[in-house]
Amino acid sequence: MSTRSNVLIATLAALLAVAAPGAFAQKMYDSGASDTQIKIGNTMPYSGPASAYGTIGKTEAAYFKKINDEGGINGRKIDFISLDDGYSPPKTVEMARQLVEQDGVLFLFGTLGTPSNTAIHKYMNAKKVPQLFVATGAAKWNDPQNYPWTMGYQPNYQIEAAIYGQQILQTKPDAKIGVLYQNDDFGKDYLKGLKEGLGDKAQKMIVAEVSYEVTDPTIDSQIVQLQASGADVFVNITTPKFAAMAIRKAYDIGWKPVQYLTNVSISIAAVIQPAGPEKAVGIISSAYLKDATDPQWQNDSGMNELRAFTKKYLPDGSLTDSNIVYGYSVARTMVQVLKQCGDNLTRENVMKQAANLKNFNTDVGLPGILISTSATNFAPIQAMQLMRWEGKQWVRFGQVISK
Amino acid sequence: MRAIGSWHVPSLVALVAIACLLPFFISNYHVFQLTLVLVYAIALLGLNILTGYNGQISLGHGAFYAIGAYVAAILMDRFGVPYWLTVPVAGAVCLVVGFLFGLPALRLEGLYLALATFALGVSMPQLLKYKPFEPWTGGVQGIVIVKPDPPWHLPINPDQWLYFFSLGFAAAMFLLAWNLLRGRIGRALVAIRDHPIAASAMGVNTALYKSLAFGVSAMYTGIAGALGAIAVQFVAPDSFTILLSISLFVGIVVGGLGSIGGAIFGALFIEFVPNLADQISKAAPWAIYGVFLIGLVFLMPMGINWAIRLCWARIASYRRASSAQLRSPITVSAAPHRRSTGDAPCPPEAMS
Repeated sequence: MSTRSNVLIATLAALLAVAAPGAFAQKMYDSGASDTQIKIGNTMPYSGPASAYGTIGKTEAAYFKKINDEGGINGRKIDFISLDDGYSPPKTVEMARQLVEQDGVLFLFGTLGTPSNTAIHKYMNAKKVPQLFVATGAAKWNDPQNYPWTMGYQPNYQIEAAIYGQQILQTKPDAKIGVLYQNDDFGKDYLKGLKEGLGDKAQKMIVAEVSYEVTDPTIDSQIVQLQASGADVFVNITTPKFAAMAIRKAYDIGWKPVQYLTNVSISIAAVIQPAGPEKAVGIISSAYLKDATDPQWQNDSGMNELRAFTKKYLPDGSLTDSNIVYGYSVARTMVQVLKQCGDNLTRENVMKQAANLKNFNTDVGLPGILISTSATNFAPIQAMQLMRWEGKQWVRFGQVISK
Repeated sequence: MRAIGSWHVPSLVALVAIACLLPFFISNYHVFQLTLVLVYAIALLGLNILTGYNGQISLGHGAFYAIGAYVAAILMDRFGVPYWLTVPVAGAVCLVVGFLFGLPALRLEGLYLALATFALGVSMPQLLKYKPFEPWTGGVQGIVIVKPDPPWHLPINPDQWLYFFSLGFAAAMFLLAWNLLRGRIGRALVAIRDHPIAASAMGVNTALYKSLAFGVSAMYTGIAGALGAIAVQFVAPDSFTILLSISLFVGIVVGGLGSIGGAIFGALFIEFVPNLADQISKAAPWAIYGVFLIGLVFLMPMGINWAIRLCWARIASYRRASSAQLRSPITVSAAPHRRSTGDAPCPPEAMS
C-alpha cells in the first residue's frame, strides 16, 4: 500500500501548499512537470478495428509540436507520449500503467474509446491522476462526484439523441420511427437517449429497431426491413461507411422518410459525397464543430488557421477527415488548460483548471458553441445545433440547443 | 517425453527463486506485465496440449479465455464470490464447455477444425454483447472488477500479491501438465497426433482422448482468462477479439510446439513484442511485429524452446570437446571444435 499512501501524502502536501498564503507565486510540480517540460500521456488505436481514429492522436501530437516550435507553454515544452492500444481494453490498462508508473506523466489526455477508458477509469481515480478530455461520447464521464479525476469532452450520444427525440415530438407527434443502430456502446447509448427524448411515447412511436455489426459488409437488408415496417421517420445511428450505404439504399428503394442522422456521420466527404448529395437532401443532423469540407467556412479565420496548421504539420493529413478538426479542437482546449495552470503544475491544479474553463472558443466550434466547465460540470461541450442537408451544404437552423 | 534430467533440477530451482524474488526489485508496472506473462503462459500451455501434443489446431482459444474471464467477473461482480474461488470455477466451466465443443469437433480434421474453432473465436465478442445475457455480462460496457488486496496482512502491495497469486496457479498448472504429458496420457496424445489409425490399433480410445484434450486445453485457457480478468480488473467484449486467439496461436508456434517450456517463451513474445513494435514505429506497428515473426520463424524454425535446447546441447558438447582438449590435445586437433559432432538433439518429436 506504500504507493497509495505516497500519492495521498503528495496530494495532501499539494493541498496544504495551495492553501498556504503567499504560496501562489511558487512553482509547484507533480511527477511529469518541470521548469522545462510537461509530460502528457495518451493511448490511441493506431492499429486494430478502430485505427481510423488514429488520426486524432497524430493531430494532437502535431499540434503540440506546433506549440513547442512556438516556444511551448509558459516556457515549457510538451512531451506527448502516445501509445498504441489497438482498441483492446487490457492493452489500455497496461499502457496507462506504463505512462503513469513508468514514464511518470503528469496526466493522461484524450485516451480514445469507451471500453478502453472504462478499463482505466477506476485506476486513474485511485491513483489521482487526471484522465482528461477522453475521446468517447458515453455519458458516464461527467461524474465529478464519484470520479473527480476523469473528464469527457464532446456532447454525449444520449444528449444528442434526446435532442432528436424532442425534435420529432415537436414536428411530427404521430411519427412511426424506424431505427438503425450499430450494435455496440455507441449505438446502444444513442438508442437509449432517443427513447429518453421521446419519453413515454417511445414504446408506441418506435415501430422498428434494427441493428448491424461493424464487421457487416452491407446493411441493405436492414433498410428494406425498416421500409417494410411502415416507418415514416428514420433515425440513422451509424458510423460513416454505413451511413453512406443507408442513405443511398433508402433513396434507391424509394423509401422517403424524414431522416435523422447521427453527428458521428455528418462528414461531407466521408458520407454525403459517397451517398450522393442529391440523395441526402432533407436529412436532419446536428453539429458542434465546423466541417472543413463545407464551403461556408472557406474564409473563416479559425478554419484558415487549421488549414495552415494541417499543411505545415500534417502534410499527409486530409482535411476531409473530420478527426483532424476534432483532434485540433481538443488539443487547443488542453493547451488552454495548461496556460491557465501557470507555474502550478500539480495534478490537483490541472484538474482544477480543467474544471474552470469559461466560454473558451476553440475557433473550430460552430458559432455560439463555447467550452465551459465547472466543479460540478465535467462535460465541456454540451451544446449542438440542428442542421439540414440542402443539397450543397449543411444549413443550420433553430437555436443552439444545450442541455 | 523424458524424465527430469540432472541439469533440470538446479535450473528449475534457480527459475523458481528468480520468479519469487523478481517482483521485489522491479516497478509495479513491470510486476503487472509479468503477471500477464504468467497468465498467457498458462493459456499457451493449454493450447499447446491441444495443438502441439494432440495435433488439433485451434484458432479460437480466445473464446475459452473470454469464458474464463467472464465467469470470474460475473461471479465476483453479481454474486459476490471471493476472487480466489472464481479461478477454479472458471476452469471447471471451461473444462465442460471445451469437452462439449470437442465432441462435434471430433468429426473435423486439421484445417476444418481450425475453421470451426475460428468461427467460435470470431463469434464470441458478439455473443458476449447478446441482449438477453446483458444482466450478467454488462453488455458492451463490460464489468469492472475490484482489485483484491493481499490477504493475511502480507507486507506486499496488491500488484505483487496478484503476481504471486498467478504464479501459484501457473506453477500448479505446469506441474499438472508435466505429470499429464510425460506419462501414458501424453504418449497417447502424441500417438494420435502422429498416426491416429496406429494409435487406435494399439488400443488408444481416440475419440475420448481427443475430446479430453479439448476439455483440458479449454480448462487451462479458462483459468488463464480468469486470472487475466482479475489482473486487468476489467472484462468487455472488445477485450476478446479474434486477435487474442491468433496471438495465442502465434505464441505456441513461436515458443515451440509440443514443449512445456515453450509456453513461457511464447508468453514473453506476445506480451512484449507488440510493445516493442509500437516503440519502433507508430505508423505500422503490425508490420514491425510481422518482421519479428518472420525473423523468428527463419532463425528458430521450431520455436524458441527448441532453439535454446539446441544451443544448450552445442555448448555442452563444446565443453566436452574442450575438456577433452585439455587432456589430450592431439585428438582434438583432428576435429574442429566449433561443430558439435553428432551430439545435438534429434529433431524434436513435435514436428510430425
